[in-house]
Amino acid sequence: MNWLKPGKKKIKINPAMTDKIPETAVLKRKMKIARAKSYLENFSFAFPAILIFSVFYIYPFLKVFQLSVCSWNGIDAFSFGKFYTGFTNFKEILRDGIWWRSMWHAAYITIIALTLQNALALALALACDKEIKARNFYRVIFFIPPVLSEVVVGLIWQWIYDGNYGLLNYALNNFGLSNLIHNWLSDPNTALTCVAIVHSWKGFGWGFIILLAGLQTIPRQLYEAAKVDGASSWQIFRNVTIPLMIPVFVLVSILTILGSMQVFILIYTMTGGGPGYHTEVPVTRILASMVASSRFGYACAEGIIFGLVLLVLSFTQKKISERVKQV
Amino acid sequence: MDRPNFRPSRFANRNQSNKQASAPRFHSPTQNMVFLSRLKIYTVCFIFSLVCLSFFSCAQQNSSYNISKANPRAKKITIWHWMTDREEIFQELARKYEALTGIRVVFELYAPSDAYSQKVRAAAQAETLPDIYGILADKRDFASFIKAGHAANLSQEMAKDNGAWSNSFFSKAIAVNEFLPDNKFGVTPGIYGVPIDVMNIQMLYNKSLFKKAGLDPNKPPQTWEEFLQAGRKLKQAGIQGLVSGWGETWMIDCFISNYAFNIMGEQKVFATIRGEVPYTDLDWVKVFGLFKQLADEGMLASGIVTMINKNAEQNFANERAAFAFNGSWCVNVYEGMNPGLEYGAMFPPSVSSKYPMMIWGGAGSSFIVNDRSQNKDEAVKFLKWLTADAQQIYLSRGTNNLPANKNCISSIPDILSEFAKKMNQTTHPNVWPVQEFPAVIERMDKGVQSIIIGEKTPEELSREIQSIKENELAKARKKEN
Repeated sequence: MNWLKPGKKKIKINPAMTDKIPETAVLKRKMKIARAKSYLENFSFAFPAILIFSVFYIYPFLKVFQLSVCSWNGIDAFSFGKFYTGFTNFKEILRDGIWWRSMWHAAYITIIALTLQNALALALALACDKEIKARNFYRVIFFIPPVLSEVVVGLIWQWIYDGNYGLLNYALNNFGLSNLIHNWLSDPNTALTCVAIVHSWKGFGWGFIILLAGLQTIPRQLYEAAKVDGASSWQIFRNVTIPLMIPVFVLVSILTILGSMQVFILIYTMTGGGPGYHTEVPVTRILASMVASSRFGYACAEGIIFGLVLLVLSFTQKKISERVKQV
Repeated sequence: MDRPNFRPSRFANRNQSNKQASAPRFHSPTQNMVFLSRLKIYTVCFIFSLVCLSFFSCAQQNSSYNISKANPRAKKITIWHWMTDREEIFQELARKYEALTGIRVVFELYAPSDAYSQKVRAAAQAETLPDIYGILADKRDFASFIKAGHAANLSQEMAKDNGAWSNSFFSKAIAVNEFLPDNKFGVTPGIYGVPIDVMNIQMLYNKSLFKKAGLDPNKPPQTWEEFLQAGRKLKQAGIQGLVSGWGETWMIDCFISNYAFNIMGEQKVFATIRGEVPYTDLDWVKVFGLFKQLADEGMLASGIVTMINKNAEQNFANERAAFAFNGSWCVNVYEGMNPGLEYGAMFPPSVSSKYPMMIWGGAGSSFIVNDRSQNKDEAVKFLKWLTADAQQIYLSRGTNNLPANKNCISSIPDILSEFAKKMNQTTHPNVWPVQEFPAVIERMDKGVQSIIIGEKTPEELSREIQSIKENELAKARKKEN
């Protein structure tokens, strides 16, 4: 008997109980109250999460949109009507050559990270996936760079790259490559690559851990079967490991793109965006607009455009990966 | 009839009889869907209300300060600052003041200065600024703080007893905190800050390295040509010339300003800022050309364009460069890094004798009294005590900074006296009647870095800055209209 089903369905009443209609009406009312209580109870469980998410994510997100259409210095009492400027900030950004140059710098760092960093991470993960001695020790060692503070890493590498007393120049001199000695971070030809290398060094540990976890989920029987069939190591890697690792590659790539595009602390501690604008990245530009120029609206508009670019990149990456997987 | 079990719990069926087995259960898929759809509606409503809140709540931000937040009877003054080197001395002075008056003074340190600056701005928005605080910003932003009601006008206090308090300070220190009648920011004329110490930015030279290069350690270069010659001798001796934190662009800005005043004079500099003289003017090209000269002569320390001032200070303190371009605060820094360092202060060598060289200087750090503070009077009393002779000498000796109180100059170390002597030749963008656009300043400073690394010529930079200037002027005109 489905007499208590919710929704718009009519309640079926047993003919034998027709004399108890008033009682059923009471019951119906009680049901409604109970249903409301039930909803409220369930909602109360979800409410704290919704509240936190709304206050700390949705509200600031909307506020950024609001500020992006305003010309506000971050100090004056904010009044939307007073500071509203329409899409002027967005139009200005489209013409801002330095902004787009900073975007290219971030893309360059990302390309280095996607290739160098992830290749290194995969190579080390493959090595640690094998039955080698002290592999746990290596796992710990490889995961040290991501654990270190970015400020500390930036300062240490700044010292390594130092033109006068840097370890790199010292090593080059000892190896008879003194013609290569120069100030790595002040030279516009090498500054960005130097920062990108440090970023890759700092970040490969994350990729290593994720890729290693992915490799360990591949059933060993597949490798054994391939070996029995006479497949070489390269064939096993190409036809067994890579296809099964595609979802992990997608994850690592997306994380690398998002992390590398948003690189900031390393740049801030190593070069401050210089020399000139040679190592400026979007986040340093946003900070410059906000702090140095007191243009909060412009900085917010930059943030929105940057967010959109990241979103598009992530979707594109996902789509490409899905297509590769199908192939 | 038994009361049906409406509780949608998995425990409902556990202890129920068969009769109750047919009791209503509210977790069928349909009900879950209904619940989810309603949850979606609630969530959408909630988010919508947040949207409305974010867009319409702004009008309420002008409401007056919540007086109930502060306890009017509290005998406690809270001060925010960023000066890590002065923290210990401040705490000591706070203890002395409490012993003297019974009023507790709490110094809260927030460092580094960037983070402090952001904190103050955020607190201004939230109206949670303390009784006393400092602002790390240019005059434009300072004016915004005043207009938003976050800074008390101290003119009356300064003028009491024939201006006794005001007269105790270096006039340049007061000027940074003063807004004159008809100022372009629209601020009510008055003094809005109390200088705690003063500073100026000059050049330092290492006496030991001078001797090593065969230069007279008691005769530092006074003209640009002498400076270049000294640089050549130092280079021959394998010693680096000038080191400075030109990775922090404001120090480049300071160097530019010194030589712009020296080469073309104050009026022409101001005329350029007003947009009456273009940056492509030959005098400006000459100013930017000085950086090219320094780079071509190999007088600049390696990596100067990405060097922060802390590293530059380390380089000079460790005798890796013979000249440094740094502020008077460096005395304390060098003392900490290398107490045995033999060095002297020198005025930046002049290029022209037509106009005087003006260096950046004035109030090193100032304290602002929060106009909305319940302890405003107590805060002013404390600042009067803090800037009195005894406390200023104590502060100066403890931190090796120049005191803001000019009566204490005789009681400070020699090297600081050398800095103090040049206080009357100081200027600062915050006291200029005109202000340059931040975008122009940024392009100028970054452009100088490009000149140093040989990427741009002074002429190219001049044209680039002028183009930015014209854009900014057009935007400003549009805004005015």
